[in-house]
Amino acid sequence: MAVTVIEKNCIACGLCVQTCPFEALEIKGDVVVDPKKCTNCGDCVEVCPAAALELDEPPKEMSAEEIMDVEEHEDAAKDKKDQLKEYRGVWVFIEQVGGIAAPVSWELLGAGTRLAKQIDMELVGILLGDKAEHLVGEAFAYGADKVYLVEHPLLKDYTTEPYTQALVSLAKKYKPEIFLLGATSLGRDLAGAVATRLQTGLTADCTELTVDESSRYLMQTRPAFGGNIMATIVCRHKRPQMASVRPRVMPMPSKQEGRHGELVKENVELRAEGYTSKIIEIIEEKGSAVYLDKAEIIVAAGRGIGSKDNLKILQDLADTLGGTMAASRAAVDAGWVEHSYQVGQTGVTVRPKIYFAVGISGAIQHLVGMQTSDVIVAINIDPEAPIFKFATFGLVGDFAKIVPALTNEFKKRLGA
Amino acid sequence: MHIVVCVKQVPDTTEVRVDPQTNTLIREGVSSIINPYDAHAVEEAVSLKKRHGGRVTVISMGPPQAEEVIRRSIAMGADKGILLSDRNFAGSDTLATSYILAMGIIKITEEHPVDLVLCGKQAIDGDTAQVGPGIAVRLGMPLLTYVMKIESVDLSSREIKVHRKLEEKKVLVASRMPAVLTVVKDINELSYSSLPNLLRAARYRAIIWSQQDLEVDTEQIGLRGSPTSVSKIFAPPQRGQGEIIKGGRDNPENAARILVDKLLKTKIIANK
Repeated sequence: MAVTVIEKNCIACGLCVQTCPFEALEIKGDVVVDPKKCTNCGDCVEVCPAAALELDEPPKEMSAEEIMDVEEHEDAAKDKKDQLKEYRGVWVFIEQVGGIAAPVSWELLGAGTRLAKQIDMELVGILLGDKAEHLVGEAFAYGADKVYLVEHPLLKDYTTEPYTQALVSLAKKYKPEIFLLGATSLGRDLAGAVATRLQTGLTADCTELTVDESSRYLMQTRPAFGGNIMATIVCRHKRPQMASVRPRVMPMPSKQEGRHGELVKENVELRAEGYTSKIIEIIEEKGSAVYLDKAEIIVAAGRGIGSKDNLKILQDLADTLGGTMAASRAAVDAGWVEHSYQVGQTGVTVRPKIYFAVGISGAIQHLVGMQTSDVIVAINIDPEAPIFKFATFGLVGDFAKIVPALTNEFKKRLGA
Repeated sequence: MHIVVCVKQVPDTTEVRVDPQTNTLIREGVSSIINPYDAHAVEEAVSLKKRHGGRVTVISMGPPQAEEVIRRSIAMGADKGILLSDRNFAGSDTLATSYILAMGIIKITEEHPVDLVLCGKQAIDGDTAQVGPGIAVRLGMPLLTYVMKIESVDLSSREIKVHRKLEEKKVLVASRMPAVLTVVKDINELSYSSLPNLLRAARYRAIIWSQQDLEVDTEQIGLRGSPTSVSKIFAPPQRGQGEIIKGGRDNPENAARILVDKLLKTKIIANK
């Protein structure tokens, strides 16, 4: 008289455990059912994504008491669902530093436009700052239907507390259904604090976002375990559904000059004395890989280049093409290149038009940081290197011969 | 000074795979390590203790075998280790995890007031960077993420100054203590464990706190307390196999010419 588990299908995701109104399911390796608690209601079968649960018998006849119990649970579930219905609209946090918007904000408006259309909702940009109104037009041009603007001296330079307070009060007032933020260091700091205050779910570093139109769940796909696994995450019972997305993972939408929207100026009460940390000094990093994330052409060095001296062979190619140098973790760990130039899971994500991977074997942690590049050129001595499975063009051989030959050829052809 | 460090046991991520046929995790033979960022947090706590005196308590949430990361922290010089372990904690997402850890830290505080909480900037299995901020919010402490250097700690004025590492700049921030810091690897170099610490670690038994010990709200822990859940896992999509240009070994000049032809055709590189 209980649901049965088809063990070979179970992925131990726990969805059924969260859904079961009677706490009859538990994860012990796979999911296990407590037949004493299971009422055969079938809720878990419905949510199981892996078809690992089935009702092998028709639902049992319940006593009046049990029926009341089930109805009570169902009523409670319905109340919860009704509460969720109050949450409407797709929000995008427009990150700005010193009056300049982070490009990921526009990328998210692009993704948000698609999501908002899917569930027929408005797309709202959330803009905080001291003087930030000049960015509103751009937000409309990139797809926002409405912008909530909060201007306050305490929002001039980012600190966690006032930004969190402003976002939390906006979210409580307007109840967004979906809320997207860029997974920059600012965005991650803020998103984690806001989600905790709102007691809702937050999924980091999503690479794909879609809405399941019947349930209106935001299907949030992200890499896990260093990129070896993709997982689709849902937030079923809490709102807003919050997600962060790394810069350059979503394509930049085209800008529609002259597109209009509605600007709503919001007042949020913030008091300086309430905050416990303050910025003393901002030190701009000079000569760092600031432009790596914006580079259209990247020449990246891996362990295979053998020595720090050989970097100049790559630098020649980069200079010829007006490109930027980058490196794999192996080259950084070897001490040849600074960490700020590192591409990959623990470094920067890049999306250049051309990515030259020189002497990079192509570990998954590296691939997740550059696989959305338009064209990938791999140069490696080892024909079995995994990078060749991902490369648009591959050249097997000695980089010290191939790269200078490429540089020469480009110089000749480009007349440089 | 009393410093609490949050540590996590993680699988060595390079070894975890999905079976592309069944879409299930291949878990056999995956070794466990201390999350590398957390190791830097422990190192920093121990070095602060050397300068300012006091004690270092490490706290972890996980199954009984996670005691190993407590021992590792003891070997690095931590004084005490607490493992929050209960079957009902299993399946917690970042929101539930930050709740459980915060409740653990509150219990530690009752025994001995805490001046700083250190975490790694993120764990290498989930890569979310959400638990540190979550703990700070729940404890009502200021949050300082991506700390690359602790500039000063003033115990009399209860102020800490740190350098935070952001994308294009560093920011020097002053904050009231106690505070929650998440650290990046730049903050220090890991040192070798001393022999006495290694010996102590080998014999060390972590203090285990269960759900009852923490008096946590059952609605906020484990799978039921987690708003997010995994609905599907799968192997990452492969980018289509491209073209291998021949002659890279024997005739690099010719191979280079063919590649440049192809790249110029894409119009990405401007033909001046």
